[in-house]
Amino acid sequence: MELDPTEIFRQEAAELLDSLETVLLDLGQTPQDRDLIDAAFRALHTIKGSGAMFGFDKVAAFTHDFETAFDLIRKGKIDANHDIVTVSLSARDYIRTLIEDPDSTDPIIGEAIVEELQRLIGGGSAGAKAVATADEPDAADASASGGPAETGWRIEIAFEPEILRNGTNPLVLLDDLRALGPCTVEADLGAVPVLEELEPESCLISWTVTLDSTCSQDEIEDVFMFVRDEMKLVITPLATAGRPGFGLDMSMPGEAPGPVSEPAPEAKAAPAAQAVTPAAKPAAAAPEKAELNRRAEDKGTTVRVQAERLDELMDRVGELVIAQARLSQIAHSGTDLAIKAIAEEIERLASGLRDTTMGVRMVPMGSIFGRFRRLVHDLSRDLGKPVDFVTIGEETEMDKTMIERLADPLVHLIRNAIDHGIENADDRARTSKSATGRIELSARYVGAQVLVTVQDDGAGLNTARIRAKAEENGLIAPGANLSEHEIHQFLFHPGFSTAKTISALSGRGVGMDVVKRTIEAMRGTIDLTTIPGHGSSVTLRLPLTLAIIDGLLIRVGEGRYIIPLSAVEECIELTAEAEARAKGRSFLNVRGELVPFLRLRDVFDAEGQADPHQKVIVSSIGDTRVGLVVDQIIGSHQTVIKSLSKLHSDVTMFSGATILGDGSAALIMDVAQLVTLGQARAESDRTPEAA
Amino acid sequence: MNQVQMQGPQGAHAGAPPVAETDLQVLMVGLGNEIFAVETDMVREIIDPVPVTRVAGARAFLPALINVRGNVIPLADLRIRFGMPRTEQTADTRIVVVEVEIDGDPVTLGLLADKVYEVTEVSTRHTQQTPRLGSHWRPEFIRFITKWSDEFVIVPDMSRILG
Repeated sequence: MELDPTEIFRQEAAELLDSLETVLLDLGQTPQDRDLIDAAFRALHTIKGSGAMFGFDKVAAFTHDFETAFDLIRKGKIDANHDIVTVSLSARDYIRTLIEDPDSTDPIIGEAIVEELQRLIGGGSAGAKAVATADEPDAADASASGGPAETGWRIEIAFEPEILRNGTNPLVLLDDLRALGPCTVEADLGAVPVLEELEPESCLISWTVTLDSTCSQDEIEDVFMFVRDEMKLVITPLATAGRPGFGLDMSMPGEAPGPVSEPAPEAKAAPAAQAVTPAAKPAAAAPEKAELNRRAEDKGTTVRVQAERLDELMDRVGELVIAQARLSQIAHSGTDLAIKAIAEEIERLASGLRDTTMGVRMVPMGSIFGRFRRLVHDLSRDLGKPVDFVTIGEETEMDKTMIERLADPLVHLIRNAIDHGIENADDRARTSKSATGRIELSARYVGAQVLVTVQDDGAGLNTARIRAKAEENGLIAPGANLSEHEIHQFLFHPGFSTAKTISALSGRGVGMDVVKRTIEAMRGTIDLTTIPGHGSSVTLRLPLTLAIIDGLLIRVGEGRYIIPLSAVEECIELTAEAEARAKGRSFLNVRGELVPFLRLRDVFDAEGQADPHQKVIVSSIGDTRVGLVVDQIIGSHQTVIKSLSKLHSDVTMFSGATILGDGSAALIMDVAQLVTLGQARAESDRTPEAA
Repeated sequence: MNQVQMQGPQGAHAGAPPVAETDLQVLMVGLGNEIFAVETDMVREIIDPVPVTRVAGARAFLPALINVRGNVIPLADLRIRFGMPRTEQTADTRIVVVEVEIDGDPVTLGLLADKVYEVTEVSTRHTQQTPRLGSHWRPEFIRFITKWSDEFVIVPDMSRILG
C-alpha cells in the first residue's frame, strides 16, 4: 500500500504545525527561550522545504517570510513578544489551510498576516535583515559572518565517517551548494585507505568547494543545517578582488548586491524576499530527507503505521481470542492432558498478544492537550479573561480512537469553563481571587478506567438558577424535592442549554447533552461537582479501550447476552419470596433500598419456559440502579466488541455484539439504555399509585 | 474481493439505472415460489446456514445476527419484507452475503435464500416495465424485470429494500 507522497507531506506538515503551535504557545510564556525559538525556526524551515519539494509552492512562499522572521529572532536581532506569537499563530493556521485546501484559501488573509508580521519586525523582512546585519556589533566582520560575499566563498567540508550510515548523502548536499552558484569541487582522498581496508560505509572523503556566488554565508550554512553536528565546515570568503558586474548575472537576482551596511530600500526589499524563495527550494528540500532519516534514527524504534492497519490487527487478535476460547472449551471438556497444556499455552500467548496490540493503539493524552492550549489562548484573548491553563497527566495513555472522540467533548467543557465558569476580572477582584483564572485539565488512571477532569476556579454552578430554569421549562414541578446533584443533571438535558438566558446561567450548559451522549457512547460516565464561589469540575470516567471489555455472559431464554462487567454491581437470586413481596410491581428490596427491576425475558420477548431460579443482576450507571432478571449467569467473558451494523441502528438496547466460544454471535447490552427503560417502567408503576 | 467478476466491460453498477444493450451478470436466488436476480457485483459469498442470534427490538425483516468469518453481520429475511409466507429451513437453504451501499456507506449483510440456482447473465434488453404484478413485490423495490429462460425474474433494488 504505497502512500501518495503529497499525503505524506500533509501528514507530516500537520504534525509539524501541531508542534509549532505548542512551541509558539510556550514561546508566548517564555519569549526568551532559545530552544523554543530554534524549534519554531526548524519547524518553519522544514515546512517550507518539504512544501516546496512536494509542489506546495504557496506554502513554501508564505512560510518563507516567517522563517526569515524567526531567523532574525533566533539571531537575537528581534525579540519575540506576545504580538509576534499571536501573528505567528494565525500564520500557522493560514499555512494549515494552504496545505489542506489551497484552492479556496483567500490570499488576502495571507497578505494581511505577512503585512502584520512585517510591521512587527520593523519593515520588510529582507530590509530588516539588512538593517540587522549592519547593526551587528562587529560590523567589520559583517561580510564574513552573514552578509553576501563580493566574489564567492571557499568552503571546506569534512563529514564524520558515520554520516553515510545516518542516511545523509554528501553528494546531494554538494548539489545543493551548486544550486547557489557555479562551483568548483575538489575532493580530498587523502584519508581513504587502500582497498583492502576500505569500509564502504565510511565517508572518508573531504571536499573543498569554491563557490562563485554572492550568496550569504547563512545560505551556505543552511545547506548543511541538518548535518552540522556531524561535520566540520569552514567557510571563508575569497579574496576581495573587485568583480564588477558580477551581480548582474548571478544566480540569485533578488539578493541586493552592494555594501551590506546600506539598508535595502523598502520597495526593493519586499520583492527580494519573494524572489529568494524559489532559489531556496532545492537547497532546503534535500536536507529534509537527511532530517527525516535522522529523526527516525534518533527515536530508534518509531514506525509510522496507518490507523486502519492497527484496526485490522486488532480485529485479527480479536478473532484469535475467540478461537482460543473455543479451543479452551474443547480442551477442558476432554481428558487429553497434552491438549489442555497446549490450550493453556495458547491462552497465555493470546492474552499477551492482545495486551501488546492494545498497547500499540495507546497514545498519550498529551497528543490532544496541545490543541486545548491554543483554544484557551484564543478564548482568553477574545473574552478578555486571563487564564492559566494547566495540564496534568499528559502521559496517561488511552486508545487512539477514544482520544480522538474525546477531543470534541473536551473542547466543549473547556470553552464552558472559560466562558461561564471563570468570572470576569472585576468579579474576581471583588471575591479576592487572583485576576488570572485557572483551568486544569488532568488525566489519570483509576483501575481499568481513565479519569479526565476539567476544573476551573470560577464561580461554580448556580443551583438556584438551574432549578428556576428547569421549573420554567416544565422539567420539574415547582417546589419538588431534589438534591443538588439531581438539579445539576438538568444541564445535560437536551435543549436545556439552548435557552436564551444561557449566558446568564453561571453554570455550563452549551451542548452538554451532546457531551454526555458522546461520553456514554464511549461507555463512559460524566460527573459534575461544584463548590459555589470556588469553581466546578467535570470528570469524565472512561474505559481504556473500546475494543475489548470484561463482560458477564448471561442467558435469557435461548439467547445469550453480555453485560459489561463495569456496570454490574452484584448478582442476587430472585427468590419466590421476593417476588411475592414485590406484589407484581417491579421493585426489589436490596438491603433496604428500592431497586426497580426489568424482566429481560419480557424485554427481549424470549420464548420458552423461565428458569425456576431466576437471578437478578443489579447494574448501575452513575447513581441510578436497575435490576435485570435473567435465567442464568454463565460467567465472565472476554468480550471483543463488534459494532452493530448500520441496518440495526434503530436497536437501542444493545451497544454491540461479540462472538462467543462456539462461534455464535451474542449481543452486548447497553446498560444505560436499560436503566432508562427501567426507570421509565418504575415511573409508570408509580404513577397509578400516586393518582 | 468479488468472487464473481463482471464479464461485460460495461458492467452496470448496483443502484444505477439499467443501461440499454447491457448484459447483467446475476445470481439467481429462490425466495418462496419466486425467483429473483441479485447482481453478482454485490455478492460476496454464499454460505450454508449458521446459528443465528435473534436481535430483540430490530425491524422484523432484520431479525438476527450471524457470524461470518469473525464479522458479525445482520441477517435479512426478505420474505418478511415482501410479506411472503415463511417456510421452514430445508437442505437448499443458503445465506447469500452481499454488500450493499446504504446512504453512501457499504453495508455487509446476509440474505436468507430458500434456494440458490446459478450465476447467469440476463439481458437488460428484455426489460419489462414494472407491471402491477399483484404479487408480494412493491414496485419501488424493483429495479427492473427481465427474462431468464422464459421466466420473468425480478432484479430488486437492494438499497431501497433495506434502507
